[in-house]
Amino acid sequence: MHKTVRKKTEPPKITYFNGRLLTAPYLFWSVAFIIIPLCMIFYYGLTDQDMAFTLQNITSIATPEHAKALWLSIALSLVSTAICLVLAYPLALILARKNVSQHSFIVLIFILPMWMNFLLRTLAWQTLLEKTGVINSVLQFLHLPALNIINTPGAIILGMVYNFLPFMVLPLYNSLTKIDPNVINAAYDLGANAMQTFLRVIFPLSIPGVISGITMVFVPALTTFVISNLLGGSKILLIGNVIEQEFTQASNWHLGSGLSIVLMAFIILNMVLTAVFDKNGEGTAL
Amino acid sequence: MIQKYAKKFYIALIFIFMYAPIATLIVLSFNASKTRAKWGGFTLQWYGRLFSNRDIMQALSNTLLIALLSAVIATLIGTVATLSIQGMKRRHRAIFMGITNIPMLNAEIVTGISLMLLFLTIRARFGFYTILLSHITFNIPYVILSVMPRTKQLNPSVYEAALDLGASRAQAFFKVVFPDLLPGILSGFLMAFTMSLDDFIITHFTKGPGIDTLSTKIYTEVKKGIKPEMYALSTLIFLSVLILLILVNYRPKANEHA
Amino acid sequence: MSARLIDLQHITKRYNDNTVLDDMNLYIRENEFLTLLGPSGCGKTTTLRIIGGFEKPDEGIVCFNGQDITSLPPNKRRLNTVFQKYALFPHMTIAENIAFGLKISKKSKSYIDDKIKYALKLVNLDGFGGRMPDSLSGGQQQRIAIARAIVNEPKLLLLDEPLGALDLKLRQDMQYELIRLKNELGITFIYVTHDQEEALTMSDTIVVMNQGYIQQIGTPEKIYNEPENAFVADFIGDSNIIASTMIQDELVEILGARFVCVDKGFGIQKPVDVVIRPEDVDLVNPEEGALEGVVTHLIFKGVHYEMEVTANGFEWLVHSTDMFPVGTRVGIRVDPFDIQIMNKPASEDEEAVTIDA
Repeated sequence: MHKTVRKKTEPPKITYFNGRLLTAPYLFWSVAFIIIPLCMIFYYGLTDQDMAFTLQNITSIATPEHAKALWLSIALSLVSTAICLVLAYPLALILARKNVSQHSFIVLIFILPMWMNFLLRTLAWQTLLEKTGVINSVLQFLHLPALNIINTPGAIILGMVYNFLPFMVLPLYNSLTKIDPNVINAAYDLGANAMQTFLRVIFPLSIPGVISGITMVFVPALTTFVISNLLGGSKILLIGNVIEQEFTQASNWHLGSGLSIVLMAFIILNMVLTAVFDKNGEGTAL
Repeated sequence: MIQKYAKKFYIALIFIFMYAPIATLIVLSFNASKTRAKWGGFTLQWYGRLFSNRDIMQALSNTLLIALLSAVIATLIGTVATLSIQGMKRRHRAIFMGITNIPMLNAEIVTGISLMLLFLTIRARFGFYTILLSHITFNIPYVILSVMPRTKQLNPSVYEAALDLGASRAQAFFKVVFPDLLPGILSGFLMAFTMSLDDFIITHFTKGPGIDTLSTKIYTEVKKGIKPEMYALSTLIFLSVLILLILVNYRPKANEHA
Repeated sequence: MSARLIDLQHITKRYNDNTVLDDMNLYIRENEFLTLLGPSGCGKTTTLRIIGGFEKPDEGIVCFNGQDITSLPPNKRRLNTVFQKYALFPHMTIAENIAFGLKISKKSKSYIDDKIKYALKLVNLDGFGGRMPDSLSGGQQQRIAIARAIVNEPKLLLLDEPLGALDLKLRQDMQYELIRLKNELGITFIYVTHDQEEALTMSDTIVVMNQGYIQQIGTPEKIYNEPENAFVADFIGDSNIIASTMIQDELVEILGARFVCVDKGFGIQKPVDVVIRPEDVDLVNPEEGALEGVVTHLIFKGVHYEMEVTANGFEWLVHSTDMFPVGTRVGIRVDPFDIQIMNKPASEDEEAVTIDA
């Protein structure tokens, strides 16, 4: 009997106009302004002032001054990533259940504040945090102890959380809204209580969003030099500040590039993590 | 019941957290005292002085011009690139997306100094054009990522139906495919414009001495103290966008057919 | 017989290494309702796309009214297509959708308005002109897709599984609707489907396809009653297909029993396939039949009973209005003209027949 049916042949995909020709501008652009510049960092990072090969720029991360800056950056960005996760998860849960239109939510939390300059927004925290500022006045009114975190690592963490919280909320929200409500109903139906349902069903299903949120907050927090500059006073140096100074003040591009390579190692680790856990690209936030 | 209020309360807290600095800046723009530290009474003088401050006006026009140009060019390149993906093989598409993701996932400081090194090497004169090129570079991925979902949803039969009904390939594209992509293209453009407007780090590394955008101007003013006119300007920008958003969202929905 | 409207000559189409159509020859007469029928992947949709101009054959030519149109782009062909999932332009109103082709060919405004009105009336959707496509039901969208095609007065309408997305009831209504439209408009239809019932109901001519080859061309009656090979017999309705031996003209040995038939010219002592439709199997008393068997399954189907009868190691499928309980011993008899003899294919590829309908 001839029931065997040949594998379904898909007609070829449609190409509007000439596919190759269309790719050309973008291809040129990304080689010229993404690939080549990245190669330049490696070139400068691996050479000295006389353009001879050296690993010194990279190993200089181990000098006490640089190592301290890197260690502080890692510590502060880990703490702020954790705080972002803790703050963002309930928010994402609430919003995911509320059927708020995704668009207006993204605009409100993410886009609209961007139209107020990012430096000014961060600076405004100085005003809010000052000894006699708004927050301490409120605390005083409530007979609570005053908050003195201005020019401390605490203020930097606050600035990081403030600036990068949306990067955590969006991937979480996206992955939570993708969970079929009936999967959650099924968990209740099978006798799980709210806590069990959350721990065994909702949270495991949201892990791609968690991972991608973590990576999206961690990288900018690790590499920032602006937030530490604005809120940390001039005494606290993060690795981003060190690199920035090498480029704009010391003009030692080789050392700056070498330290950037070290930073990139963390970023690549991050990209790998994202690729492994977030295959559908659902966490790309936008 | 309690849970419901707890949820509302939590959302309100986050909202306050996000908008407290913005409210602060708006208040500061009406502050008669020149320093941030104390309230010196209500005034509108900064709004008046703003327009005669040539430095700020110059920075504003640079910022807007760069945002507009970089968004337009990025939208063109990005849209065309996204269309070309359609006919690509899976492996080529993966490479394409990989490249697109680099500026998104990489640290801004690294992107900034990589471009700075490039411009140094080719001995480009740092200024308007180096900023513009850099902004186009980081804007293209935003355009691609917002047009891409639209092209995936496209029904290829719709294009063929237009051909079948006598349209030429160009007619079929512009009359049928393009209108379908338009919402994605527009949101990509807006995203690019916004990102460019708010950028500081990449501009910081790719600008020359004689030129400032609003961001870099603010950064240099941090040490000596921000001029109150800057608060006034930011407030004006923010409020006009807010009003625009409200108008767009509450316009009559009769002719909407998504 | 009217003239050939479409003439496909030696059409071969490959995707990479996969040959989808192999040296296909087919013509369609003017005013015919022709259906390409077959399982998915049989090449029927590719055939349609080649006629529509969306695919170019690797070999062979396509003639339209005697002219070679093989390399003519779709927008230059005087035919229109109704797509599988309607493919209405989502950002245009119904009226704008219908007007699309007419505007492209720069018809006058009053002409276009008249045509829209006429087309909406024709598909029973008067007054829907201002609506958007997504506010219409599937069946309504389908009618609009047809209206959009026919306002251009094509000589030929191609329909690619147009009813596939509709539910059963709607599908049956639309079948009658399509027949009515075709008669009213007097244009040629080429219809692609994998639904044999749809094909039998609507077509003047059915082309059964499998694996890139035409298996049989004929009227619905001929395809159903005289399938030329086991594939056609099996694909069109239920049937008993039994490997048998042709003893001589008009006599065939089925499962060891001799049956009189009406076929000649197969040779002597030749292995053949025999097709017997389930409703053509007569169940009688055991001693009156040519074969003896036992009823093993019984299902009530409404119009008739469906039974399985095991006789000489073969499971016969039988449809009958008489009921025989499971376990009953029965005799099997088949009238000579209900036995359809088919040559055994030497290989799967040879199953194709050279076409001359």
